[in-house]
Amino acid sequence: MAMTLITTNTSSDDATSDFTSSIDNTYKLYIFKFYDVNPATDTADFTFNGSDDASSHSYDIIKTTTYFTFYHNEDDSNYNLAYQAARDLAQSTAFQLLTDSQGSGGDESSAGELFLFNPSNTTYVKHFYARDNAYYSGDISRQNYIAGYFNTTAAITALQFKMSTGNMDAVIKMYGVG
Amino acid sequence: MGIPTLISTHTASDAASVDITSGIDSTYDEYMFVFTDINPAEDARIGVQFNVDGASGFNETITSTLFKAYSYESGSAALAYEDGHDQAQGTALQGLTTSVGSGSDESCAGILHLFSPANTTYVKHFYSRVLQYASSDYAGDVFTAGYVNVTGAIDEIQFKMSSGNFDGVIQMYGIA
Repeated sequence: MAMTLITTNTSSDDATSDFTSSIDNTYKLYIFKFYDVNPATDTADFTFNGSDDASSHSYDIIKTTTYFTFYHNEDDSNYNLAYQAARDLAQSTAFQLLTDSQGSGGDESSAGELFLFNPSNTTYVKHFYARDNAYYSGDISRQNYIAGYFNTTAAITALQFKMSTGNMDAVIKMYGVG
Repeated sequence: MGIPTLISTHTASDAASVDITSGIDSTYDEYMFVFTDINPAEDARIGVQFNVDGASGFNETITSTLFKAYSYESGSAALAYEDGHDQAQGTALQGLTTSVGSGSDESCAGILHLFSPANTTYVKHFYSRVLQYASSDYAGDVFTAGYVNVTGAIDEIQFKMSSGNFDGVIQMYGIA
């Protein structure tokens, strides 16, 4: 699988990380890799949304998604593998969580990847899935699995990443595969 | 040069471990380890540990999770948490599978991702997905993730079985 690096966004105490160009029919698969995602606000969620509007980028595409997770406390007091019903979406335009309740401590972060399939197709919905690991607020390691579709036949032309509240530091890279 | 970039290939033949002690640095934001044809000399788990720049030994502190989907050749199947294979601030070998069969045709294969190992601010996240022929004759799809709870740069990684030697090939790629 040969990948081509298209864009690198480095956020430093920024509200959002926007990819507003180069998501087109050049590639059938776009991969977004995120590293060193550290929120300014404790318990903030790392989220994303898409836009099909190349002129204003409103980031309000309807999505239906799934989200399950497995966590383990550093003090070994708790662990659980479970579906997260409060973190998925059912025909919602809200931002989709990629992590939840991240720690904002100086060494706390998340990392992972998001796969977006054929965003320029104008016949079908647009599928995506993600996997990541996060340092959860409260000293917990948490691996997350997210999948779903943008329920639109319009081309997805932009993606926005942001925390549910507050700013963030992060490096997010967009690759094309094909 | 393409992405991912092949950095090194390590072939184990009845080896106690594969230690990769060079090539992990700030050149890449992500390192991907592809391991194939891992066949243990005795039924055992394959695992991984790390070493921080300037330290010695593969014994860093890890908090991790591990679960698997499995399907026995005899028919039963389920999704399960693997108690005892994860760690809570432990320094042991981090398992990436349950017991892999040592039969002549039994093996495991998978991919481990290590993120931002050269970063000196945050913990180091990793995750893997490994397919295994288990010693008790089931197909296992094992998902492991966690973080190495250190802020120092990780510059070395070790793969070994929980006991005994192994054959296999491990390739390290960089993703810039």
